[in-house]
Amino acid sequence: MLQIKNLHAGIEGKEILKGINLDVKAGEVHAIMGPNGSGKSTLSSVLAGKEEYEVSEGEVKFKGKDLLELSPEDRAREGLFLAFQYPVEIPGVSNINFLKTAINEIRAYRGQGPMDAKEFLAKVKEKQAFVEMTGNLANRSVNEGFSGGEKKRNEIFQLAMLEPVLAVLDETDSGLDIDALRIVANGVNKLRSKDRAFVVITHYQRLLDHIVPDVVHVLFDGKIVKSGGKELALELEKKGYDWIKKEAAIA
Amino acid sequence: MTTAEKIGADERLIQGFSKNKAQLPGSKRIASLREQAILDFQKLGLPGRKSEEYKYSNVQPLFKEEASLVNTNLPAANGFSIEQFQLPGLKENTAVLVNGVFSPAHSSLNKLPKGVIVCSLKEAFSKNEKLVEQHYSKYAQSGTDAFLALSTSFAGDGVFVYVPDNTIAEQAIHIISVVTGSTPSLIFPRNLFIIGKNSGVQIVESFAAHALSAKSICIAVTEVFVDENAKAQYYKLQEDSGSASLISATHARQERNSHFDTNTVTLSGEWIRNNLEIALEGENCETHLNGLFLTEGKQHVDNHTLVDHRKPHCQSNQLYKGILGDKSTGVFNGKIFVRPDAQKTNAYQSSRNILLSDDASINTKPQLEIYADDVKCSHGSTTGQLNEDAMFYLRSRGLSTDSARNLLLSAFANDVLETVRIKELKDHLDELVRKRLEK
Ligand SMILES: Nc1ncnc2c1ncn2[C@@H]1O[C@H](COP(=O)(O)OP(=O)(O)OP(=O)(O)O)[C@@H](O)[C@H]1O
Ligand SMILES: [Mg+2]
Repeated sequence: MLQIKNLHAGIEGKEILKGINLDVKAGEVHAIMGPNGSGKSTLSSVLAGKEEYEVSEGEVKFKGKDLLELSPEDRAREGLFLAFQYPVEIPGVSNINFLKTAINEIRAYRGQGPMDAKEFLAKVKEKQAFVEMTGNLANRSVNEGFSGGEKKRNEIFQLAMLEPVLAVLDETDSGLDIDALRIVANGVNKLRSKDRAFVVITHYQRLLDHIVPDVVHVLFDGKIVKSGGKELALELEKKGYDWIKKEAAIA
Repeated sequence: MTTAEKIGADERLIQGFSKNKAQLPGSKRIASLREQAILDFQKLGLPGRKSEEYKYSNVQPLFKEEASLVNTNLPAANGFSIEQFQLPGLKENTAVLVNGVFSPAHSSLNKLPKGVIVCSLKEAFSKNEKLVEQHYSKYAQSGTDAFLALSTSFAGDGVFVYVPDNTIAEQAIHIISVVTGSTPSLIFPRNLFIIGKNSGVQIVESFAAHALSAKSICIAVTEVFVDENAKAQYYKLQEDSGSASLISATHARQERNSHFDTNTVTLSGEWIRNNLEIALEGENCETHLNGLFLTEGKQHVDNHTLVDHRKPHCQSNQLYKGILGDKSTGVFNGKIFVRPDAQKTNAYQSSRNILLSDDASINTKPQLEIYADDVKCSHGSTTGQLNEDAMFYLRSRGLSTDSARNLLLSAFANDVLETVRIKELKDHLDELVRKRLEK
């Protein structure tokens, strides 16, 4: 589904991603861990199409298409979703309104007519229940005045509404209380299917207790320096990153 | 921009007055106000480049071309229907001005409560002489501004609204000021609104051009007197066509415990200057000044406000928002005076602007002059592009650049539009703004 080959990207002449290789197949869940500043959010921004980042080398294929050629909206319409590490607040734009526009534009891209109002509302209701979000939050302005945890929950609500084929979750677990963590993890697990893949960026093993990954990668200094099974996350939790950094330095 | 041209325009106007004054309506008192005003104009002259008040809004080029004075001639009112300018839900009470002259044929004033007068100012000059003389030219003083001086000299008609004490006008009054014609024109609609004690009224004024094929300059002045405990709302909707310029001044006086809300929405017009001055003459007054302007092409929109806190315990609140595209330019200048007497004043002012192009620009200037010590005053001004992070967020969910932009701009504009308290007008404005943004 997603193939990243030797991806180099940076900003204002500074290279941040220094040759990423990653292959995510439909149905898989990949976890990406790594120290602060190693380039995890940069990778997700480049995938989502944030224009400030320049790609200097490498390629990214999504469902066989050249992802880097697509505008951010077309990436979303092709089925890519990024749950942001820091979702922005958009005063005055209602969550529901914007999601309706999003869904209908995605449908138009796929040659479908707009979703009828009743169906849409039913879906809102269902997905809200799914992430245990109160009606009030869904109707409010996008993320405006939401607590940190509410913002993350709203990201998962949008994920559930848009039903992407590939979802990148950038530290969706940070700032969540124990119940919210469980809700978010359950949400993701319920959305897991053989046609859908997840890339879960996290610092903590505890999320991976709930969302059990197929592969765990360690991103360090713009490169994936180690990949392994779910045990790798446990090992990192115990030993920290020093040994990885040393290994990377030797290699 | 030679001095010769400047003198030329001033003199043309002064001579125009001498030629026309015999036909101008009104009592001896009004006639003497006119004479005084033209002397004031002579002293002030059309503002030049050095004028502080018109620094960013150069009026000289507007008056360069020969503009004939048509205000004394009744326009031909044939062949256009007023319906296109009427608003759903506001059709019952429509007062129409055509080139500044009240047009009974186009007006319909059917749902006025007992005692409420809505008529032509010219008629009020003779039929309501006392009321007129008590208020006319008192709040908009001709010595303070060249355009007020010109208006007081030349204005022969407009809309007169009188709401007696203890009267609530349930139905809003809609004034439609139509500019039309094929000769260059300079017109002077002049309104006087008198709102009695404990009374309430909503007035909407639309400025619109119809089949206008020549340059026109409209100098529109409105005086509003809001008596004790009264509540008045005054909405201005400016959607002139390309070749129209508008200098519009509103001068209000509020007495004790009164509320006055204004909302100035500018959607089109080549060159627009709005002067809005409110004097809080009694304690416990509340006043809201809201404005929204959307500019494109080479449009110029200038909003100047002045809130004069003269008495204690009053509250004023200003919110002006602009969305400027192409090569358009804007100005916001907001003055707040708090006089020594005006303790416990609350005065807020905010000016927010979005520039959609690199060639668009706006000058904003808050001016707070505070002479009392126990007051709360604040002002804020921001000018910037659309929030890029918000744009990216929306696009990353599948919205096109246009939809994302429209959503953000509508939200931005809505802060002002949601203060509109006439539902039909709010709906109409939402629709106009939506259409404008989608263009
Ligand atoms: N817009 C930017 N401008 C300048 N530097 C940037 C920008 N974005 C990222 N960087 C830099 O690139 C590096 C990687 O940042 P990134 O946000 O991708 O790290 P991360 O792995 O997500 O870290 P964290 O775990 O703290 O979220 C950092 O050194 C960061 O300062
Ligand atoms: Mg990050």
